[in-house]
Amino acid sequence: MSGLQNYKTDYQQIQADLPGQSLAWLQQIRIDAFSVFSDTGFPSLREEEWRYTNISAIEKKLFSPSTNVDSNAIDQAWLDSFCLKDAYTLVIINGRFSKAHSSLKGLPETVTILSMGDALEQNPELVEKYLTKAVANEEHSFVAFNSAWFSDGLFVHVPVKQVLDKPVQLIHLVTQADCLAVSRNILIVEDMAQVEVIETFVGDSNAYLTASVTEIFVEKNADLTLYKMQNEGDKAYHFGGTYVKQAKHSRFKHHNFAFGSLLARNDVHTDLDMASECDLNGLYIGVKRQHIDNHTRIKHMQPHAISKEMYKGILNQRAKGVFQGLVFVAEDAQKTDSVMNNRNLLLSNDAEADAKPQLKIYADDVKCAHGVTVGQLDEKSIFYLKSRAIDEATARNMLTFAFANEMVGKVDNKELHTMLLGQLLQRFSQKSVDEKWL
Amino acid sequence: MLNIENLHVNVGDKAILKGVNLQIKPGEVHTIMGPNGAGKSTLSHVLSGKAGYTVTQGKVTYMGKDLLGMEPELRAREGVFLAFQYPVEIPGVSNIYLMKAALNANRKHQGLDEVDAMDFLTLVKDKIKLLQMDEKFLYRAVNEGFSGGEKKRNEILQAAILEPKLCVLDETDSGLDIDALKIVAKGINSLRTEQRSFLMITHYQRMLDYVKPDFVHVLADGRIVKSGGPELALELEAKGYQWVGGKAA
Repeated sequence: MSGLQNYKTDYQQIQADLPGQSLAWLQQIRIDAFSVFSDTGFPSLREEEWRYTNISAIEKKLFSPSTNVDSNAIDQAWLDSFCLKDAYTLVIINGRFSKAHSSLKGLPETVTILSMGDALEQNPELVEKYLTKAVANEEHSFVAFNSAWFSDGLFVHVPVKQVLDKPVQLIHLVTQADCLAVSRNILIVEDMAQVEVIETFVGDSNAYLTASVTEIFVEKNADLTLYKMQNEGDKAYHFGGTYVKQAKHSRFKHHNFAFGSLLARNDVHTDLDMASECDLNGLYIGVKRQHIDNHTRIKHMQPHAISKEMYKGILNQRAKGVFQGLVFVAEDAQKTDSVMNNRNLLLSNDAEADAKPQLKIYADDVKCAHGVTVGQLDEKSIFYLKSRAIDEATARNMLTFAFANEMVGKVDNKELHTMLLGQLLQRFSQKSVDEKWL
Repeated sequence: MLNIENLHVNVGDKAILKGVNLQIKPGEVHTIMGPNGAGKSTLSHVLSGKAGYTVTQGKVTYMGKDLLGMEPELRAREGVFLAFQYPVEIPGVSNIYLMKAALNANRKHQGLDEVDAMDFLTLVKDKIKLLQMDEKFLYRAVNEGFSGGEKKRNEILQAAILEPKLCVLDETDSGLDIDALKIVAKGINSLRTEQRSFLMITHYQRMLDYVKPDFVHVLADGRIVKSGGPELALELEAKGYQWVGGKAA
């Protein structure tokens, strides 16, 4: 109880520093959100959607927004190792936009890419139109917490028929101990527009809390590919929520790579209108005592939409992975075509995978498939490799790498692909092999 | 090269091999035929080191060493190659990567430098022509989505690259149509040398029309009940296994 009280008290201190002070509508959103959060506190194990993930550690500790951001203290080489060269880049350090590290050179004038703080100053009407429209504060109290506390974020608006020439990368960096970094992002892809966005989360080895909510609007015939690279520091707590509204004939592809943090919870929720498509891919790799929770929810609201989902997990030592996936098909959503898969590889006796796939189908002419596996490496495959002179440890490493690489292989962005492949190879090194042969 | 003496093998409590004796000298091609359940595949699995088999009696010596005491990968590095009856599909590991890793593991064992990518590519492109396989098979995942014939050709391709001393071919002819059989047989024949030995396990005589063995043995109920030259296979084909005391399949 006292933990929650600390957050409430702290909010009174930091509130005045949050952006959008002069906007009455935003103040109302923050007041309402604070009230929702105050009533319930952080989500607890008693809630069905949180039953596998205990976040009481967040409440016991007080994470507080950083007060001084010294951008000069950032290790540029480290930051560069996560930065795509060929992209429009926005960098948020300890919860605040850093202009010095960002670059929007060559951005077409018709496209808006701003920090959330700047967007609230320059174009508050547009933000008002979308904020809290893809996810309500009532979704769960982490969303409400985010609405009350957010200190910055990314705002992207791609106008009708615009195909953006380069991807947009948002780098979310935390460098302070006990820092609370709360960002709110809005991505709007108007009719027939197309864009690729990369969200990267990195931090140092201190304990800190990232809470990021991204609201997404993919309008008619529009196309969005969103990558998430969660490489938080190994003592970090991470909450990330991606909430999508897909209009008719829109396409949304999500690639969710969760490698970092001590405890991570990730929501990906999308609502599908007529004949829209979503493709949700995930790869989570946990070691030591890492806990990674993926919560996906696909709602088929209208006919002829297609959803494809594949989440893979590799869990070693005492790591725990959670997959909760819901596919909801409304009564009107005839001819829905949906497939949901979750595959878990347990590399040690103490690792754990909790999988809860759910189908709720109210239409009668649909195709919905789902599958879950939790298992070890295939002994037949290991023997086959051993019979080809390869030692057992190398064989296991090859197979584990292959299991993960299927998901990295789906990444079309070349630069990002190379970066992710490098990260996989760091974890499961493959001896003397040409990258193109992997 | 290979000396199997009084080999008894159990799977669980069940005796499968009940005293097998077989001697293979360098350059010889031996065929083991026999009805279903005679223990043919058990013999190939035991030679390659697959888990799940208990040797209760007897020994196997390979190049003067105790074969049964070696891990499977060590057997492979010492030059024993098993062509699987059912090659395993390994999604995510490309064929070329597996073959290079295998060759380099062998070379390392022999104290040689690893072969580099370019040299390996030259080698593998040369061998793949022999098996009439398209180069695209190199970059596909090991055996994934291969037809039965492609899988068997791929096994022989691996043998061609690893250049083993002893090839154990476990029903390499099964599941092949006549064209694929000819290609696989051609591949096997091209591997024959003065020094390299073969142990071919098969149900049918037809493989032997294309790969001429030096010796034919009949395995029935866990023992070799008859041995002879290639003519024995023809006689078996005509008379059936009951002729040599095997049960009807």
